Amino acid sequence: MTDAAPATAAEDVHDLRPPRNQWWDVWDQFKTHKGAMGGMFVFISILLFVFAGPWIWQVDPGLIDIRSRNQGSSWAHPMGTDQLGRDLLARMMYGGRISVAVGLAAMLLGLVLGTLIGVLAGYFKLMDGPLMRVTDLFLALPLLPLLLILVTLFRDPLEGAFGQAAGVFTLIVVAIAITSWMQTARIVRGDVLALKEREFVLAARSIGTPARRINTRHILPNVMSPIMVSATLGIASAIITESALSFLGLGFPPDFPTWGRILYDGRDWIEQYPARVVWPGVLISLTVLSVNFIGDGLRDALDPRIRGR
Amino acid sequence: MKRRTALMGAVAAAALVPGMVMADERERGSSGHLNVIYWQAVSTMNPFLSGGTKEMNASSIVLEPLARFDNMGELTPWLVDEIPTLDNGGVAEDLMSITWTLTEGLLWSDGTDVTSADVVFTYEYCTHPEGGCAYRDRFAGIESVEAVDDLTIRITFEDATPNPYLPFVGAGSPIIQQAQFAECLGARAPECTDENFYPVGTGPYTVADFRPNDVIQFEANPNYRVPTQPYFQTITWAGGGDATGAARAVFQTGEMDYAWNLQLAPEVIEQMESGGMGTLLVDFGPLMERIELNFTDPSPDLPADERATMQHPHPILSDIRVREALSRAIDRELLTEIGYGPTGRPACNFIVAPPAMVSPNNDDCLVQDMDRANALLDEAGWERGSDGIRVKDGERLELLFQTSTNAVRQDFQSLIQQWWREIGVEARLRNIDAGVFFGSDPGSPDTYIKFWADVQMYASLFEGTDPTPHLEQRRCGREPRPETQWQGQNINRYCNPEYDALWAELNREPDPERRQELVIALNDMFIQDFAHIPLVARGRVSAAANTLGGLSLNVWDSEHWNQAEWYRIED
Amino acid sequence: MFTYTLRRLAFAVPTVLVISLIVFLMLDMAPGDPTGSLPLTIPLEVREQIRAALGLGDPVLIRYFKWLHMMVIIEPSHMLANATGWNIAVDGPRILSWQTRSPVGDIIVQRIPQTLWVVGLGYVFGILIAVPIGVISAYKQYSWFDQAGTFVSMVGFSVPTFFTGVVFILIFSVWLGWFPSMYDTTHRVRDWDSFLFQVRQIAMPVAVLALFNASQISRFMRASMLDNLNQDYVRTARAKGMMEKTVLLVHVLRNSMIPVVTVIAIGIPTVFTGAIITEQIFRVNGLGDALIRAIYVSDWPMVQTITFIFAILIVLFNLIADVLYGILDPRIRYD
Repeated sequence: MTDAAPATAAEDVHDLRPPRNQWWDVWDQFKTHKGAMGGMFVFISILLFVFAGPWIWQVDPGLIDIRSRNQGSSWAHPMGTDQLGRDLLARMMYGGRISVAVGLAAMLLGLVLGTLIGVLAGYFKLMDGPLMRVTDLFLALPLLPLLLILVTLFRDPLEGAFGQAAGVFTLIVVAIAITSWMQTARIVRGDVLALKEREFVLAARSIGTPARRINTRHILPNVMSPIMVSATLGIASAIITESALSFLGLGFPPDFPTWGRILYDGRDWIEQYPARVVWPGVLISLTVLSVNFIGDGLRDALDPRIRGR
Repeated sequence: MKRRTALMGAVAAAALVPGMVMADERERGSSGHLNVIYWQAVSTMNPFLSGGTKEMNASSIVLEPLARFDNMGELTPWLVDEIPTLDNGGVAEDLMSITWTLTEGLLWSDGTDVTSADVVFTYEYCTHPEGGCAYRDRFAGIESVEAVDDLTIRITFEDATPNPYLPFVGAGSPIIQQAQFAECLGARAPECTDENFYPVGTGPYTVADFRPNDVIQFEANPNYRVPTQPYFQTITWAGGGDATGAARAVFQTGEMDYAWNLQLAPEVIEQMESGGMGTLLVDFGPLMERIELNFTDPSPDLPADERATMQHPHPILSDIRVREALSRAIDRELLTEIGYGPTGRPACNFIVAPPAMVSPNNDDCLVQDMDRANALLDEAGWERGSDGIRVKDGERLELLFQTSTNAVRQDFQSLIQQWWREIGVEARLRNIDAGVFFGSDPGSPDTYIKFWADVQMYASLFEGTDPTPHLEQRRCGREPRPETQWQGQNINRYCNPEYDALWAELNREPDPERRQELVIALNDMFIQDFAHIPLVARGRVSAAANTLGGLSLNVWDSEHWNQAEWYRIED
Repeated sequence: MFTYTLRRLAFAVPTVLVISLIVFLMLDMAPGDPTGSLPLTIPLEVREQIRAALGLGDPVLIRYFKWLHMMVIIEPSHMLANATGWNIAVDGPRILSWQTRSPVGDIIVQRIPQTLWVVGLGYVFGILIAVPIGVISAYKQYSWFDQAGTFVSMVGFSVPTFFTGVVFILIFSVWLGWFPSMYDTTHRVRDWDSFLFQVRQIAMPVAVLALFNASQISRFMRASMLDNLNQDYVRTARAKGMMEKTVLLVHVLRNSMIPVVTVIAIGIPTVFTGAIITEQIFRVNGLGDALIRAIYVSDWPMVQTITFIFAILIVLFNLIADVLYGILDPRIRYD
């Protein structure tokens, strides 16, 4: 604690206040982690760039202006233009929106799936065996090849059902989610196994609380910390996976400029216009880096052994 | 063309410099080693089992046909002494048969004699019902192939055939050795891995080491019929990487001597060429990028077996004025400049090669004419709506525009979408994975053959120099439909009895000049009906190191048709 | 311990089988078509015959069992026969790639050396760099070395290899021209010069992979060292007056290596799967390259086989990691 006030005084103040939410302690601890704060700042800036940026930089990312193609940085086009004269800054914002949205959506879906399976396996003895076998099975699947196969398999049917944009988006999100929930499930299961023997759960059960309520009211809030940590790691790996897929030419089609796709398309031009590779690469790296730093800080902050030191 | 001429000039000039190794001083193996790069690697040395251009090119320096097309598109005797014609009696008066006579004394690379039995065997190999031979259509309409004597082969056709030069002609129809492949007929063909990877041939090279999809080592054939050739003793035929890497290896680092199929953005090519170590070779064949306009209604509201069939004409595109407007609104010069640069030419015709068969009558399409396009749509009764898109009888002028997933095609889609929007046509873009789009699975809704869209863009071509089969594809009744398991190549479902009659005339006509006129007439009929929109004629693009001599790019046959004559320019 | 290993092994076999069935069934539904990459000049009737010749007509389960038989019995026997020169190859049809019409096993055998050279070396170097960095970082916790090391490893682990790879190519191959831009599979190391060439052609991919792997492993190493440095036995050893060097390198390092060794073992299969992207960037004709090109042209037998091999590797190395853990750490016994 940075608070230099005498210990007794501080405790008195504490006693007078209503009990403090534990998340405030986490936040206090989190604030002391320089890397995490830096990561937070960068990540929020990137979110602002991709989601609020287009309000300020009102250029259509699809607008073709043949006369000003292949330009370098200028006031009209701060990041230059591509081979059809489309503004790269606008494309970077638009592409980032998709990349970040894929990261967030895939993380959420993977988290829900992982938590659900983890809680079910940990709480209900009957389901533990089969669910954990399934988890082991998924862990043994070669993920990247599987993802590639999933994408080639389902791209067209989904496009037909939802339209090109929504179809590919759904596919990539779902594919990433179902190949990344296993770690969360394992961690959650372990915590639930331990929690379910604790007195407060026994107490709740003894007064006849139904299983669903025990889980939502007592167990879930207590497994939030590992879930939060895997959430941040999930965003990072989802963004990398999406870019890798696009980079292999199997993710979003060329008319959906995600960062990975812009990087892939820019590879041919790397000698003349290195910026076309560097910008998306830097943005992907910064996003992942900042998210990883946040995850690090969060892990420290949520670890009661470290907290308060 | 210009670049190629420049290179030929350089070769000619080099030959005049005193102290040079003159052509007649060169001998087998004197040029040493050659490095070739195919960024799409070769997967087999048996062209019959692959059908791909890269496999055809690689195998063409080992396996040879009876005759092939030279770089001018002229038929040239290869394993025979002369081309059979009506005049020399090689082709029967009734056009029902053709008789080839092998050159005497030809040897396979293992030292055995080449006989007519090998030719007959090749026919049997490729037409075996279980073989899945990729060039089987070369042997369509043949009643029999028989060995008259050891050197003479007679091919008898089922019908009168004015162009009998399909079987055993060109890189797609080479001769394989009976002794080697005798056990590999039919279903056993793919199991003969050694035979398929190390075929015995008559060509200038033999395969020393073959690694599928990776690299091939060739050595000079000791039994090659020209004792002084081939000039290169060995060839490494590398594969893998991408077009940019291959171009860089020839132009900038000099690691490679020859690179194939460099479909790169014009600026990239220009930059590479400034490396100064190589020359770009471009020549134009029949390959043409086009937009097909659907004459039938692909609406998803129709039952699946009536969708995009002749029962339902297209509600918008059946009007020739709309079709013409769509074509007029396109700036082909700009498309070419952006997508292909020196490796493309704006196209206004259905048949864009060979030069003698290209119609001069449609060049007005080169100029983008928005006013004319707008006028045509006004005339057709399409009024501008509030958002700028035209409406008629409550229906918006909206088209589904599909193509395969490919960076250049998506650029073209965006550009064309913008131009069409200017004339009040909304294009909804869609791209489909190439493996699906060009696939032949009749169950897939997304193939270019099914054409469940209003317009679609792709490139197509024909083999050899005779466009007759290509023109035949657009006859009535050749359209893909459920009854034929969606087979057929009349992609846009064009049907015009006059066209059919004119084609029938072409198919009977033996006189070359009259044939040219008929081809042009058919082309004009098709184009002036605005039945499809030609965009860009795409060249074959390869790159050669400046130290490489003797080569001439050939769009009618394998690029390596004269591999034996390639040599190293010494300095 | 032995029964535990057996039990794990017994579970591994059905896992692998289920995975193979999943992959097979999924590919069976795939929309891509092996004739899709053929030139348009080949008419549809001929394409239909090509599809029939590829054996696409049989029901899916029959094809699965045929494939499994070939995969489990025939292909390994051929590989073994080729490797040893014994005449033990089992007769029978082999798994044929649709694209090359040749046995998939032969292609895989040709591709493995490149993958092992490039990606394997990247892994080995990664470990060699990571261990000392992790040890020093933990020992001098919060020093500038630790701060810098943690930051660099964080960066190395966050920046995707496809970006570092492209940047490396731009700098070292295009601008500086130090390294060749493509991998030459036919190159044989015969003398000093050819050895140097081999070093140059694998330098960039190995560096990129080593950086990435080192970042990951050094984080583990550091955490594991920190856990052990706070243990009582360390205090005891120091109290006995042991040299600091002995305490650190003998006692702490040895104990800290236990979890790290298992992490390394579990990571080995990713050497192969991770190769997909690296090989793509540096144009190395390895296993990952074979897989991705097979996916592009819908060569399903090839895709199935390589994916299956990856699955076997993952299951196998997980097993090895578990067993290794039990052997290295006597406190943990599974029975």
